[in-house]
Amino acid sequence: MPTNPVIKLADIHKVYHTGEVDVHAVRGISLEVFPGEFVALMGASGSGKSTLMNMIGALDRPSGGSYLLDGIDVSTLGRDALAEVRNEKIGFVFQGFNLLSRTSALENVEMPMLYNRHRIQSREQRERAMQALELVGLGPRADHHPNQLSGGQQQRVAIARALVNRPTLLLADEPTGNLDTQTSIEIMGVFQKLNDQGITIVMVTHELDVARYTKRMVILRDGKIVADEAVQNRSVAEKELQQLRAAQQAVKLDS
Amino acid sequence: MRIFASLRIAGRALRRNKMRSLLTMLGIIIGVGAVIGSVSLTSGATKQVEDQVSSLGESVITVFSGNFTSGAMRGGWGSAPTLTTGDAQAIAGLKNVIAVSPEVRDRAQVLANGLNWNTQVMGESPDYPQIRNWSIASGAMFSDQDVRSLAKSAVIGKTVADQLFPNENPVGQTIRIRNLPFLIVGVLAPKGFNLFGQDQDDTVIVPYSSHMHRITTRTFVNSILVQAANDKVIDSVQTEITDLLLLRHRSKEQDFTVRNQLELMQAVTATSRAMSFLLAGVAAVSLVVGGIGIMNIMLVSVTERTREIGIRMAVGARGADILVQFLIEAVTLSAIGGSIGIAGGVGFSKIVAYLKDMPTVTPFFWIAIAFVSSAIIGIISGFYPAWKASKLDPIEALHYE
Repeated sequence: MPTNPVIKLADIHKVYHTGEVDVHAVRGISLEVFPGEFVALMGASGSGKSTLMNMIGALDRPSGGSYLLDGIDVSTLGRDALAEVRNEKIGFVFQGFNLLSRTSALENVEMPMLYNRHRIQSREQRERAMQALELVGLGPRADHHPNQLSGGQQQRVAIARALVNRPTLLLADEPTGNLDTQTSIEIMGVFQKLNDQGITIVMVTHELDVARYTKRMVILRDGKIVADEAVQNRSVAEKELQQLRAAQQAVKLDS
Repeated sequence: MRIFASLRIAGRALRRNKMRSLLTMLGIIIGVGAVIGSVSLTSGATKQVEDQVSSLGESVITVFSGNFTSGAMRGGWGSAPTLTTGDAQAIAGLKNVIAVSPEVRDRAQVLANGLNWNTQVMGESPDYPQIRNWSIASGAMFSDQDVRSLAKSAVIGKTVADQLFPNENPVGQTIRIRNLPFLIVGVLAPKGFNLFGQDQDDTVIVPYSSHMHRITTRTFVNSILVQAANDKVIDSVQTEITDLLLLRHRSKEQDFTVRNQLELMQAVTATSRAMSFLLAGVAAVSLVVGGIGIMNIMLVSVTERTREIGIRMAVGARGADILVQFLIEAVTLSAIGGSIGIAGGVGFSKIVAYLKDMPTVTPFFWIAIAFVSSAIIGIISGFYPAWKASKLDPIEALHYE
């Protein structure tokens, strides 16, 4: 690939000093992710995928090795500089949605712009937040509060929030973990659509079904990469949804 | 992060727990309210006293004759026969003295119009109304000529006028003092009660010479009222009077006392100043208690909202942003509490003023102090919880249950 990688991990280590025993969660991972990729980080719990995710997301610093995010060496940055990187370069989508309750969908989406280093006029904030909500198909629900939205809708709000600062990287941590099958497929459809528009996505999951929607699978075990391969027979969310609806229709007709 | 957005976030956080926010504010509300209320009441009382003191006249120096001891007989100020009209005339010749009135006091039963009344009969000079800053409501003051001729002229106070001439104009009528007829030449404007609760309008004023020769037969005066040109020269005039009288009386011991109004004012306001210090102490204690309440609740709030803090940090909030957010919340709490307290304190003092018919004054200075100090209390008590919030680890905060 001719372009520079979005993520360039070189021999990353992470050791937690908790209690008497040091926990070596990540042991020498090197990984490159290029613009437009859609990567699934897979592995059982304890494989180090969450730790890796936190470091890729600039929430945590590696104990050893170097990490270039969009050309910036993140592994040596301080707290405030990391916050800035998260704000400008990364959009997070979490398993538990992590929306602010009693705050409308629109305001949730506006929130990252509050922390921009360059001040954005509130009118522009509003417009950008509306655009992001429309992109995930929630325009009409902008003034709903999270408790008035379904799980799938809440996750769409979270995706809109992740996109609003136009990040170079979208990071999703088990985004379908709290959702039923159909909603999961819908959300994967949203990710696929975004990826088709050129957005780079890295997603942590332990479900193979979900990983099939991505383009590349990286499998971790005991803090090391054990497999890194392109996804064969990639699922397409739209097609899967059609099949699912057809199946539901059939069940209804039978009864 | 912009202030307006922070204020909105703070407002939302406080509305979320209305009852808790109110209870948190209560410490500040009560503290500030108590301070503003009591300051209003004491300031009102002080103002009243100051008004009374200044009703005695401006830049007034009073010379009392000294204590009197004669054999076994003793008397207090003003009873010793040491001050004379000659002293008063000598004082009048001093620099920066603009008015002098020798004063002779006596109580007498006065009759007029078929009615009688026991009142204070005072002998004064025509300068008296000027010295006391007291205007004549109708008629005129008696003149220097009246003093020289021992004229039987009198000026009466409002109370005496009301008692003896309920429905008539007293000017031109006759009032009998010790069975001597005096012509009423003027009526004084009402002045109200003095510092010691005496009705100043309950008085009859005659020329001091007439008083000394016709009503009582005295050779000395009780005191001498002196008006200095202004407050700046009052001390030097006082010294000159003292020197002059020492010389005139040729006595080793000072047989008179010279007091000026500023001293009286200071003596009276010393009490209220002590009261102010006491209030400031109470205020400080109650604000500290209120601040502890705010700190406590902010600590709870930070713990409760750990996850929110984590989310905000994940999307790029720096420690400083979180710090400012919680600080603004604490300051909003305490400032709103302070404002409610100020309003409550002013309201309370108005109610007391209405019920007890007392004057109240709420100095703007104290309102500003109360508001600023409650805001400062907010900053101080909010700082530790806010600092704690800003130091949270984003990953741990995100996974906080």
